[in-house]
Amino acid sequence: MGKKVLMQGNEACVMGAIAAGMRFFAGYPITPSTEIAEISAQELPKVGGRFLQMEDEISGAAAAIGASVAGVKAMTATSGPGFSLKQEHIGYAAEAEIPVVVVDVQRVGPSTGLPTSPAQGDLMQARWGTHGDHPAIVISPATVKETYLEAVRCFNLAEKYRTPVIFLMDEMVGHLREGIEIPEADELEVIDRTVNKNLTDEQAYAIPEGKYAPEMAPFGEGMHYNISGLFHDETGFPRGTAQSYEKFMNRLLDKVEKNRADIEKWEERFLDDAEIAVVSFGGAARSAEEAVIEARKQGIKAGLFRPITVWPFPEKALEELAKKVKRFLVVENNAGQMVIEVKAHAGNVPVDFLGRFNGSVVDPDEVLAKLKEEA
Amino acid sequence: MVNKRLIINEKWCKGCGICVAFCPKQVLVLKKGKVTKANPDACIKCGQCEQRCPDYAIYLEKVEEGAN
Amino acid sequence: MASELINNTMRLRNLPHIWCPGCGNGILMRDVAQAITNLGLDRDKVVIVSGIGCSSRAAGYMNYNTLHTTHGRAIAFATGIKMAKPELTVIVITGDGDSSAIGGNHLIHAARRNIDLTVVVFNNNIYGMTGGQFSPTTPTGSFATTAPYGSIDRTFDLPTLAMGAGATYAARGSAYHVPQTTKLIQDGIAHKGFALIDCMAVCPTYYGRKNKKGDAVKMMTWQKENVVLKAKADTMTPEELEGKAVIGCFRNEPEVPEYTAEYTKLIERLKKA
Repeated sequence: MGKKVLMQGNEACVMGAIAAGMRFFAGYPITPSTEIAEISAQELPKVGGRFLQMEDEISGAAAAIGASVAGVKAMTATSGPGFSLKQEHIGYAAEAEIPVVVVDVQRVGPSTGLPTSPAQGDLMQARWGTHGDHPAIVISPATVKETYLEAVRCFNLAEKYRTPVIFLMDEMVGHLREGIEIPEADELEVIDRTVNKNLTDEQAYAIPEGKYAPEMAPFGEGMHYNISGLFHDETGFPRGTAQSYEKFMNRLLDKVEKNRADIEKWEERFLDDAEIAVVSFGGAARSAEEAVIEARKQGIKAGLFRPITVWPFPEKALEELAKKVKRFLVVENNAGQMVIEVKAHAGNVPVDFLGRFNGSVVDPDEVLAKLKEEA
Repeated sequence: MVNKRLIINEKWCKGCGICVAFCPKQVLVLKKGKVTKANPDACIKCGQCEQRCPDYAIYLEKVEEGAN
Repeated sequence: MASELINNTMRLRNLPHIWCPGCGNGILMRDVAQAITNLGLDRDKVVIVSGIGCSSRAAGYMNYNTLHTTHGRAIAFATGIKMAKPELTVIVITGDGDSSAIGGNHLIHAARRNIDLTVVVFNNNIYGMTGGQFSPTTPTGSFATTAPYGSIDRTFDLPTLAMGAGATYAARGSAYHVPQTTKLIQDGIAHKGFALIDCMAVCPTYYGRKNKKGDAVKMMTWQKENVVLKAKADTMTPEELEGKAVIGCFRNEPEVPEYTAEYTKLIERLKKA
């Protein structure tokens, strides 16, 4: 292991991204994500990377996608209102199949909301925010160390599946400082874009058997193909038939659906004999975990199920859990978003909800009180 | 010696008439919505039709002397 | 079956293009292709970025690295490409609405940075793809589907707008004036900095029909008779220029530092530190 440092969550996001090979950042200042832009501006030129402060949130996403088209691993970051503005280009990157990492350090909304208090109200927007059907990979970290490591995984998944990946942080974790050990470079798995040098311009989007993502070279490396936000077949252009559109959309969705085992990730704590499973993610899961530990001390058989990949939601794992536990308690810093997903997969097991959306963090004592009530 | 020959790609012609209007020698006419050479001998191979054809349907092609 | 120029620069399988009969966009796209050819640029290193609208269909026809993006955002995507790989020649093909309405913010900020992009505007004074609504360059008093009683909006003059924002190269060309416009685009591409070439297109289908400007030939004839080259215009009085349009280069300042080159210097400086 590498050296031990005290690090902020937003800083860990940047340092993890750079360790993953991020060499381009474009964005716009907004609290509580601003440190991500500031630290990128400071660190990127030191490693030969480039930082751009753009004129708005929309162009920050567009420039990052542009850099990725040119073959450079790229990221943009924002919070709440800015995340609404990023949606257009999250859809573009999904449709045009361009890897990019979009960070949203959530704050209270809607609109300017309660600047800039913690919240987790963008969970559903991260899945459904852009118009139209599209695949979504969304990862939400709960600790500073995990922020570092999961930032790497965001880039790996983006490059592997040629799709945007959303790093759904929240103010609690973004502004949290924890001591972490920085992993050595050889301890990290870093995935680079697979490029097939044998593709022709006319078949730039040809998909290898058993795979889901195209493998054309970045711009400037000898190919001359077209990228578009229009539906496309293997030529990069729309063919104009319903069958070809359906085939395209199914492949796009299958990038995630057929690779759930590779993409899904969650943490289980004390679930072996648990009667009540607390489901929580990101910053809220820290309170949930503390409450579960305390509940155990008081003889309550509680456990924690914490999705780290929040989309695709680990539904099979939750369905398995539903066969063992008597109740679910979903704890989130919003008015009830992940609870919708839990209810959809809990079968007949009752699902309770504890949410905070007033700018304060869910308190472990509140969670404990709720667990006692249910036990 | 390189010579030039005026080529018309009827498939791409949309019949806008721009080439006809700006041909300095009145070589071209529209027939049934497509450009044709009404007066080919008057053509001075200036290429104004090619420059302004929005559809790339008329152009000068280099030919070796002796060829048609 | 196409000319050597078209064979070498276009994706023949996608032609003929979708533009209406007599649309100026085809002429202007050929000018861009001719300019790239004249400069002898390596095809592998040329990137064409476009937005959304009639103009922006150009990217799909041109046989280079082409990126057809979202409405108004072409310049922002292009900025990312150029910044990531400064060795690429990045040309944006956009329209009047795409570049100066929904994309106006990106236009002025790219000009301000002086990033080495060449923005070629196919300016047809109307939203064509959506069926003839007025744009920021539709002349005041003109009719459009969203200006059924005549537009009361004042207009943008795009080269002036770009220069006001700091563009170091700004020019205007027209569909009729092919060699002149080709040269203006060529000089814009060769310019190391932000370049904008506002190209007067003709839209007989929407702008022309709504405003009784006649067919494509009539609209092109108007350009032939009323467009004045800048050198000539400089000798004319405001009265003489009334109702005329001026084409030519309005600004060319090659000595201003270019953005990506400045960033490269920053990287080099940090390496030495």
